[in-house]
Amino acid sequence: MEVYLSLFVKVIFVENLALSFFLGMCTFLAVSKKIETAFGLGVAVVVVQAITVPANNLIVTYFLRQDALSWLGVTGTDLSFVGLISYIGVIAAMVQILEMTLDRFFPALYNALGIFLPLITVNCAILGGSLFMVERNYDFPESVVYGVGSGIGWAMAIVALAGLREKLKYSDVPPGLQGLGISFMTAGLMSLAFMSFSGVQL
Amino acid sequence: MAEQPSWIQRLLAVPNDNPWKTIGVAVVLCLVCSIVVSATAVGLRDLQEANKREEVRRNILEVSGLMRPGGDIDELFKQVEPRVVDLRTGSFSDAVDHASYIQRDAARDPEMSVALTPDQDIASIRRKAHYATVYLVKDSQDAVSTVILPVHGYGLWSTLYGYLAVKPDGREVIGLQFYEHAETPGLGGEVDNPRWRSQWPGKLLSDDDGKLRIEVVKGTAASGPEGVHQVDGLAGATLTSRGVNNLVRFWVDENGFGLFLNNLQQELADNG
Amino acid sequence: MAETRKLVTDPLIENNPIILQTLGICSALAVTSSLGVSLIMCIALTSVTAFSNLSISLIRHQVPGSIRIIVQMVIIASLVIVVDQILKAYAYEVSKTLSVFVGLIITNCIVMGRAEAYAMQNPPMASFLDGIGNGLGYSAILISVAVIRELFGAGTLLGLEILPLVKNGGWYEPNGLLLLPPSAFFIIGCFIWILRTVKTRQREKIAFQIMDVQVKEHA
Repeated sequence: MEVYLSLFVKVIFVENLALSFFLGMCTFLAVSKKIETAFGLGVAVVVVQAITVPANNLIVTYFLRQDALSWLGVTGTDLSFVGLISYIGVIAAMVQILEMTLDRFFPALYNALGIFLPLITVNCAILGGSLFMVERNYDFPESVVYGVGSGIGWAMAIVALAGLREKLKYSDVPPGLQGLGISFMTAGLMSLAFMSFSGVQL
Repeated sequence: MAEQPSWIQRLLAVPNDNPWKTIGVAVVLCLVCSIVVSATAVGLRDLQEANKREEVRRNILEVSGLMRPGGDIDELFKQVEPRVVDLRTGSFSDAVDHASYIQRDAARDPEMSVALTPDQDIASIRRKAHYATVYLVKDSQDAVSTVILPVHGYGLWSTLYGYLAVKPDGREVIGLQFYEHAETPGLGGEVDNPRWRSQWPGKLLSDDDGKLRIEVVKGTAASGPEGVHQVDGLAGATLTSRGVNNLVRFWVDENGFGLFLNNLQQELADNG
Repeated sequence: MAETRKLVTDPLIENNPIILQTLGICSALAVTSSLGVSLIMCIALTSVTAFSNLSISLIRHQVPGSIRIIVQMVIIASLVIVVDQILKAYAYEVSKTLSVFVGLIITNCIVMGRAEAYAMQNPPMASFLDGIGNGLGYSAILISVAVIRELFGAGTLLGLEILPLVKNGGWYEPNGLLLLPPSAFFIIGCFIWILRTVKTRQREKIAFQIMDVQVKEHA
């Protein structure tokens, strides 16, 4: 239990996908103008990450890894080269299924999150999460914790940036730096601040 | 007279919202893509494996200081002898064949490895394989001049895999080199920097009392007698430096190759 | 002819994907601390964008709308795997340094964005050139950032020493911040600032403006 808790905290603060590994930056900068929308996107990322990372974990363990097909009686296979396409396939399919399920059973939630879901398929944070999970050889329970934690970390970062950008309305920014330019600077300062977590060991 | 449209033309003329067409397009696309991907992967596999094999040999030669510019790797590698060591007893073993044994896979197999307790696991590798392939470099008198130990441990982003070359006395470092890691380029990635690596040769792993002393320090290594056990940390890569520190200390200590190095020393003392 | 040239040159400055469309930034931040690695990344991304545009444009009339996105995704992912395999076979060292970032080309918004926005509506050759143009626009930014970061952060370019460092007996004290990832945010931020000061047309509409207000005091 302790292991999972420490992984959970580590992945939110120390190894924050957005601020330490710079994943999902395009959406991070584009959808952080208002706290409300940023929060919606953040929740969607948490949900998708929590589903896709464990799903990809199963795919890797039972299909792709060397000799992973032994439960089918086939040995000597190594399909790890199709890894990339399988992960993105799983992500795209999961997002699509999630979208349809929400639309059918939870229309209110669909209205709130629906517009963000297509954005998420091409969010590097989602694919990055799966790639890191494979790279670090997480087992199934760990991958669940990692998925949820990394999603929450990313959501937290984007909500924080949106909060800063709302406050920026009251600052006198030079015209050439308005909008995107100053957001880059702000995100840079935030990630600099988050780098101080990198020494933390749990 | 209008020509009869061929079956391909008729197929292409099917409206795109027809469900059969949707399935058809998906199937054809998957087939084409899988053929392209598999063809590349299979076609390039030999080259990739040759790259990997050559890299292992080159790394072993480099870490032991045998690599000369323009030297033929196969020729130079003849003085290197791979041997499998049983980490539980610290002695050579023939239980597995070094040519086919892959330590990384064995470490995942519960029968071939042992889980480490959090106290033991300072290198964050979680499971340790029972066997490891070490490389012995023999000089012209057929005496062992260098022992090359495979080491690995977790850095900032990834597990670092490398080789540590030590003198047969098990104390003096000849070199440390990593062949696989995904640390930040320019920061943790500087473990590959020849200037940083050049600090390792001559460092002593332990002091005269046999106490493990080697350390990657934050900042610059101390001058004076302490300095012989210390290596500069990498600027801007605290976690990678700590990872390297931990993994070296783990593998030369009792849970790693400690027993083996002791046995080797014993053997030398008996023979000498 | 001018039209064709515009396809390639337009995304370089006028419509740069990173600066103006905020696309493809993740990898720009993570791999730019060394020029050599950035160059390989640029070649990889440009070829993936060009060929994905080409193949998607070739089949654009046959792709049902309902599976459009996944079709694009499959094509892009296959191309990335091919690039990844080629790198592993012919540029083994660099492919190890790039690690997960080659894989992340799949989700690089430039590739997907051009496929959806351009290749689905335009003929193959134009799409191919559009892919090259956007790839080059991305490369231009990536290479400039990498030059600044490697030159002033480590005193080298492509690993060759340009500014001899103090610690090696030279005179240049490197700026370590430039090797840290956040510096890429600042450098790209400055690029945007410079570009938008020169080309005022690219400025964003100012949402809020600080006004000087005269407050009259009523006695």
